[in-house]
Amino acid sequence: MIGFQTLFYKEILRFWKVATQTITAPILTALLYLMIFGHVLDKHVQVYAGVQYTAFLIPGLVMMSVLQNAFANSSSSLMQSKITGNLVFILLPPLSYWELFGAYVLAAIVRGLVVGLGVFVFTAWFADLSFQEPVWIVIFALLGAAILGTMGLIAGIWAEKFDQLAAFQNFLIMPATFLSGVFYSIHSLPPMWLTVSRFNPFFYMIDGFRHGFFGQSDVDPLHSLIIVLAFFLALAGIALNMLKRGYKLRG
Amino acid sequence: MSAIQISDIRKSYSTLRALDGVSLSIEPGEFFGLLGPNGAGKTTLISIIAGLIRANSGTVTVMGHDVQTDYRAARSQLGVVPQELVFDPFFTVRETLRMQLGYYGLKRNDAWIDEIMENLDLTNKADTNMRALSGGMKRRVLVAQALVHKPPVIVLDEPTAGVDVELRQTLWKFVGRLNREGHTIVLTTHYLEEAQALCSRIAMLKAGRVVALDTTDALLKQVAGSQLKLRLSGAPLPESLKPLQIPLESTYTALRINHNEEIEPILACLRQSGCIVEDLQLQQADLEDVFLQIMDGSNA
Repeated sequence: MIGFQTLFYKEILRFWKVATQTITAPILTALLYLMIFGHVLDKHVQVYAGVQYTAFLIPGLVMMSVLQNAFANSSSSLMQSKITGNLVFILLPPLSYWELFGAYVLAAIVRGLVVGLGVFVFTAWFADLSFQEPVWIVIFALLGAAILGTMGLIAGIWAEKFDQLAAFQNFLIMPATFLSGVFYSIHSLPPMWLTVSRFNPFFYMIDGFRHGFFGQSDVDPLHSLIIVLAFFLALAGIALNMLKRGYKLRG
Repeated sequence: MSAIQISDIRKSYSTLRALDGVSLSIEPGEFFGLLGPNGAGKTTLISIIAGLIRANSGTVTVMGHDVQTDYRAARSQLGVVPQELVFDPFFTVRETLRMQLGYYGLKRNDAWIDEIMENLDLTNKADTNMRALSGGMKRRVLVAQALVHKPPVIVLDEPTAGVDVELRQTLWKFVGRLNREGHTIVLTTHYLEEAQALCSRIAMLKAGRVVALDTTDALLKQVAGSQLKLRLSGAPLPESLKPLQIPLESTYTALRINHNEEIEPILACLRQSGCIVEDLQLQQADLEDVFLQIMDGSNA
């Protein structure tokens, strides 16, 4: 247990020591999104009855920040350790694959939630937000961060150079996040894209999260929870299997 | 129970056969040298012992624990100083050592960390970021990291490559003390005089195979006696001494002798032949001679 605690602490300390890059910068980015999209669309778009567009956008931006930063934390930490060679300090000790998984994913969750909270604190001033069913907010924030932390772990193990990690991030994570309903309701999409969106697990994370605020969503949150939970378990299974086999970590 | 037991280890990378049936046993308390030219398989073997690489076949145990099936127990018994100068740029020396201790599941022990830093002359760098350290200092931290969990078996993979004399002396003093206290030490090095001075037993690897495995003394005895180096003038080397001659690219003529008593008859023979001895040097055989002979495949 001490091994897990130490690795978790190290992962937290790692991003905390470069907080400008890992916390402040993503908060500022989300604020810019809010100012630009909120300013342009607030008077013209209403997704849910009685909810102004800026208020609709804020939970989406918070969740997007949670997801992107959870992914960035585990993937970049592992990738840097691989490239610089200091991963050997983690591979030599008797850390179990469960401890490696737990420490990396939990640290990613913390980073995701810290940034998400930061985005929320600074954006909440711009709209009247309600908290209809807060339990969903907590559940989907935690699960979403865990999923992206696990995806970051998988990407970090799989990628052999930063180029491959960037491809994973830009061609998979970014489109899946942007096309998940951060900025809109999927019901406003043409039928084909509506169908495609239903196969995007990110959509369920954001939709369920948003339900916690407004008590309304595109899909029943329980339905979203089942999908998101199943997705997490599948990814966790893949990541644990990779760690157990030492895939790309132990030659 | 052996400190490290290696049984018929084989490892290939596509077309390259890195290790081809290596077997050897290292006993507790030994100071063991693993020598061989670049690409002989030393680092691959160490990586297999450390669990960083998986062998295609064969088994390795550390203090009786299999490095694959019982990896947690095996790794807790082993401290490895990697060859590459790696470090985590986010942390200070003290943070690095505290974390390494924690990874081994051990509670914080600042007294021991302070003692290691003291012994490796790192105390005044304790709160310095790893990035700001010189190469030699980073090497010291690598050694400290390998010792932080007090492992009974310590493997040092070329720890003195590219470091100054002062660090070498500091390091060997500390490692020697650890060995006297009962730690098993396994060392790979390119400095053969180091291996000769420190190791009680040596294995030589060549192209993934063990080509020599014996005590350092026994290996030294494989090379007959010493070399008598002479700078001659006046006349060529007499025919009767030519069988003793060792080829040498030098102005000196080298003769192989087994005992110092052979020197006087050789000098007498030279005098009779009209040779003038301008200079004379007597050189004891060292591990380098053994190494070169074995690597050349000639054990004469």
